[in-house]
Amino acid sequence: MATVLTVDDSPSIRQMVKVTLEPAGHQVIEAGDGAQGLAKAQSSRPDLVITDLNMPAMNGLELIRALRKEPALTGLPIVFLTTESNDAVKQEAKSAGATGWITKPFKPEQLLAVVGKLVRK
Amino acid sequence: MSAVDPTEVFRQEAAELFETLEGALLDLCQRPDDRELVDSAFRALHTIKGSGAMFGFDKVAAFTHEFETAFELVRKGEIKPTQELISVALAAKDYIRALIEAPDSTDAIIGDAILDDLKRFVVPAAQPSGAAPRMEERAESKTAPEQRSAGWQLHLEFDSQILRNGSNPLDLLEDLAKLGPCFAVPNTDDVPLLDAIEPEDCYLKWDVTLSSDCDKAAIDDVFMFVLDEMKLVITPLAQVELPAPAPLLQETISEAPAVALAPAPEPEVAAKPAARAEARREEGKRSEERGIATVRVQAERLDELMDRVGELVIAQARLTQLAASGSDLSIKMIAEEIERLAASLRDTTMGARMVPIGSLFGRFRRLVHDLSRDLAKPVEFVTSGEDTELDKTMIECLADPLVHLIRNAIDHGIEDSAKRAAAGKTEQGRIELQAVHSGAQVLVTVRDNGGGLNTARIRAKAEEQGLIAPGAALSDNEIHQFLFHPGFSTAQTISALSGRGVGMDVVKRTIENMRGSIDLSTKPGQGTTVTLRLPLTLAIIEGLLIRVGDGRCIIPLSAVEECVELTAEDQRSRGRNFLNVRGNLVPFLRLREILQVPGAPETHQKTIIISTGETRVGLVADQIIGNHQTVIKSLSKLHSDVTIFSGATILGDGTAALILDVAQLVALAQARSEKQQMNEAA
Repeated sequence: MATVLTVDDSPSIRQMVKVTLEPAGHQVIEAGDGAQGLAKAQSSRPDLVITDLNMPAMNGLELIRALRKEPALTGLPIVFLTTESNDAVKQEAKSAGATGWITKPFKPEQLLAVVGKLVRK
Repeated sequence: MSAVDPTEVFRQEAAELFETLEGALLDLCQRPDDRELVDSAFRALHTIKGSGAMFGFDKVAAFTHEFETAFELVRKGEIKPTQELISVALAAKDYIRALIEAPDSTDAIIGDAILDDLKRFVVPAAQPSGAAPRMEERAESKTAPEQRSAGWQLHLEFDSQILRNGSNPLDLLEDLAKLGPCFAVPNTDDVPLLDAIEPEDCYLKWDVTLSSDCDKAAIDDVFMFVLDEMKLVITPLAQVELPAPAPLLQETISEAPAVALAPAPEPEVAAKPAARAEARREEGKRSEERGIATVRVQAERLDELMDRVGELVIAQARLTQLAASGSDLSIKMIAEEIERLAASLRDTTMGARMVPIGSLFGRFRRLVHDLSRDLAKPVEFVTSGEDTELDKTMIECLADPLVHLIRNAIDHGIEDSAKRAAAGKTEQGRIELQAVHSGAQVLVTVRDNGGGLNTARIRAKAEEQGLIAPGAALSDNEIHQFLFHPGFSTAQTISALSGRGVGMDVVKRTIENMRGSIDLSTKPGQGTTVTLRLPLTLAIIEGLLIRVGDGRCIIPLSAVEECVELTAEDQRSRGRNFLNVRGNLVPFLRLREILQVPGAPETHQKTIIISTGETRVGLVADQIIGNHQTVIKSLSKLHSDVTIFSGATILGDGTAALILDVAQLVALAQARSEKQQMNEAA
């Protein structure tokens, strides 16, 4: 199935993503901040990136912009996690190149629905 | 890592976050204007709230939300982090910690008191929203005011950047189609000339007619991530579909085909008749789709059609042969054309009879559930290969045999919990039902992980019933065959479910009537596997025509792996009958020998490597003639004892050719090579 990269400084969010997606047959790789996330995306070419926005060492917006500059990762779906239903934040992330978003807190089925929407494998 | 309980990970993380939060709050007492501290506290709260809600700590999430709301004002600089506020915040923090560590024994009254205190700071400023914003709530408020419609007309224009941002318009159209039947017309007006095309830009627009009574919010949901990157016009179909006056109707019908080719006009621009024509056409299309979904054809008609196609294929073979022997190019071309058409007609006709086996598998889920409950044997039921297609009549015939096999597997196969525990097995038994294509056949397998067949008991029973002489030398496999004997049951107590000795013989007969076969394999203590081998098609197959002596035979092409020459070296190893195919030893059979063709073999013998599943066997023939569309004619009852042929066919020149039974030949070759090995060993 698909390889999903979860970038979050919170291990419990990463764990949540992992325990939700792995039983559905996806492979989940983790990164603790934006810089790590960029490196892992370059090395393991995931099918989907789920990133937090608020992170130390390269935040989510910077990560999205950096990923969009990678020619090898063209068209990679990037989903960001946001606690605010604040449209300005969404707008900023979207114009940085994000594909979609998941509002925290999310339920496993919501995460699966978004992954199913963006990954066809 | 994946075995770690996520709740535990959250608790650990929360503990760290509380330290951060406490540190930040205490530092704020000293430096109330430090933005960095406020942000850090805010981030910690945010994570606790977000993660808490996900791991089921709803009280934590709700409380933290209030706490956060108060803090939001501090972050915006609207209220100062006074000493008072900080002490309440610290109390709130301790309360959240208690909620996480001991959710049940924590008193909600304390929480309410803290919240009341906190609210004293919040009230003077603007009133924030009450409850935590949740996805579902927002979805609900979105759906509430929408009206429903018989369908929707959508106009989609995506931003040219959409592909770069990771969205795929085709996926979105696919999602849309999940809401109901869709008719999408792409608009290519904006596609530039080839050298101006940016491969990563999206130039297409779509007009989609969606026949679904879904509400508008469901459509918005499909496009939720791209709403701001596209132009989406949603019009309820009822508004477009005005009843047309009678004289106009004729006009619109006559012009409908022209409209059908043109991109669908946008409602606001389109002239009225065109719009109506569009609506009519859509309606026609929908009723047509409804028609397609419900066409019922008598099975006999399909059989008749299949027969006709069979005759056509035979006539076509004659034409091809005639054309090939002549030199008239145009006849050859026509023959090729007809060959192609006949092949696709054959596939279509057969396809019309094929249904996925999944429809059958679905029925057994309930059966297993009920049996498992009645017998108090927990059983896990796993199916795979649901989309394997089989002839409809075969699927119907398979239902009863599979019921028997599954009942047997649960009743006899799976041991009761105590026995399983004693054998060191999982308490829950497992039954797998699998369908898979293998060569020209479909294999349907029922596998249990129970105790396996009790060979000794079957033997004793066979002796008792006088089927074999006591002490007769029989292989285990031969003994197991008695299970298919009418009236044979070894179950010591006859339950309502199985063990009455009717069943396995009926199963075998049913399968054989379908030109299939049944295999049993068992491992003591590990379980039993019953494999039904069924022919993929009932009427026409692709065959490889070969010559043996003066006679011609057909080998089902789907069983053929490759053709190789029988080298002099292979010839010499006469006694052994093994062929070296790229380092692998493959047993081979000389068809001349098996078919008892008199005379010496021809000089250049060919070997056709056939396979069933994993077993490969070579067949030695005199000549390989070529591919042949084979219309299967069954052999008469008089020939029912012929094992190596599964049927016959009529060739282009009117002569008959026999169809070799691949499964039987493979079994024969295996038996011979085993015997040979035993002889060599002895």
